Amino acid sequence: MSVTTMLLQLTGGMVTTVEIFFLTLLFSLPLGLVISFGRMSKMGTLRAISKFYISVMRGTPLMLQLIVVYFAPYYVFGIRISPGYRFTAVILAFVLNYAAYFAEIYRSGIESMPVGQYEAAKVLGYGRAQTFFKIILPQVIKRILPPVTNETITLVKDTSLAFVLAEAEMFTIAKQIAAKETSIVPLMAAGVFYYIFNLAVAGFMEYAEKKMNYYR
Amino acid sequence: MNLLEINHMKKGFDGLGVLEDISLSVQKGEVVSVIGPSGSGKSTLLRCATLLEKMDGGELKYLGEAAAWEENGKCIYAGRQKLKEIRKHFGLVFQNFNLFPHYTVMKNIIDAPVSVDKVPKKEAEERAVKLLCQLGLEDKKDAYPYQLSGGQQQRVSIARALALQPKILFFDEPTSALDPELTGEVLKVIKELAKEHMTMIIVTHEMQFAKELSDRIIFMEQGVIRCQGTPEEIFSASDERVRDFIGKFTL
Repeated sequence: MSVTTMLLQLTGGMVTTVEIFFLTLLFSLPLGLVISFGRMSKMGTLRAISKFYISVMRGTPLMLQLIVVYFAPYYVFGIRISPGYRFTAVILAFVLNYAAYFAEIYRSGIESMPVGQYEAAKVLGYGRAQTFFKIILPQVIKRILPPVTNETITLVKDTSLAFVLAEAEMFTIAKQIAAKETSIVPLMAAGVFYYIFNLAVAGFMEYAEKKMNYYR
Repeated sequence: MNLLEINHMKKGFDGLGVLEDISLSVQKGEVVSVIGPSGSGKSTLLRCATLLEKMDGGELKYLGEAAAWEENGKCIYAGRQKLKEIRKHFGLVFQNFNLFPHYTVMKNIIDAPVSVDKVPKKEAEERAVKLLCQLGLEDKKDAYPYQLSGGQQQRVSIARALALQPKILFFDEPTSALDPELTGEVLKVIKELAKEHMTMIIVTHEMQFAKELSDRIIFMEQGVIRCQGTPEEIFSASDERVRDFIGKFTL
């Protein structure tokens, strides 16, 4: 197999990798915010549930979570797994896992906000939702960009874990070609791709941080 | 009519009494300064009056409307909607400004009128420009708070409070976070407001300022109003504690 063919096959996997990446961010970022609200809630039970959720998601391997999410419908509920569920399971597992990490990042950001900002908003008559979305959240986003960058870079590499469900993302394909052709080139090529992807992610996040630098 | 009326206000933190029994009423156009040693409850009084802190007992009224009252020994607050109405009557200027750092000066001033009071943006902007001119900040409307000196930031926060056209304005040690050089410019602005008969309650450590500008000075100690009166009365008070306290400031 020529290198060109190899790369062409890898490209197919790349698309899936990129899809996993963006879909995970798309759903886990807002879900993380919701979980962080639960984690900071005045209601004890809600707080306990959120805390437990986060501890399980952070305390068990993502690879195991992928397997559980994929096989649970069959083993727990006896539902036959349709072939189309594979990709959904991958996204679901990633979203559930990353939302837990993002929740803690949001929480750290929200709790670091000076109480004076809330008080000023209150005296000026802002409602609770207005205070959060207009005054607090924009400042929180600026504060949490560095840890979010970290998490996002980890996500790029973690997408390769989808191979446990034989989802045809880039790493899965690279491994298959490597085994078939007894060549390390596809794996190297995959490595280069992950690296370039992350360069782009880091570059974008740096740009975002700069954009937020208009105030201190 | 009294703009503000406080009757028998009580407040404690973790069983520790901070305000014992405060009664105070303020009339339209009056400038009242609150002085006293640290820990005497001045700031707590202000925070209870501005609904940032819930009092344990007593009565709080703005323009005759009750924000809180006592029932069977318990302090009851009005409903959310009512409190929202009542909040419109007053403004508060904080010791450390609490401007919104991600908004420009202009946005800091107009955002509450526009998004809370639904004032048309254009009108709010015109009002803001007028205020900025009045406070000597006409060239700062596009600046962000971090680009301003402390004195300028405090003047912006005064403008922000005034933009909502409150009937009564509270100041919580408005110059305590400023160095002496910048204190003057903020005090000057407050004096201007006094000339325009803005009703104000000012917690301060600036004795000379309080003396010059107040219609009434309240001396607080250990959670009670130890004495009150015109500046002349207070500054020539026979009460030993008051003389002692003022003496320390006018060495």
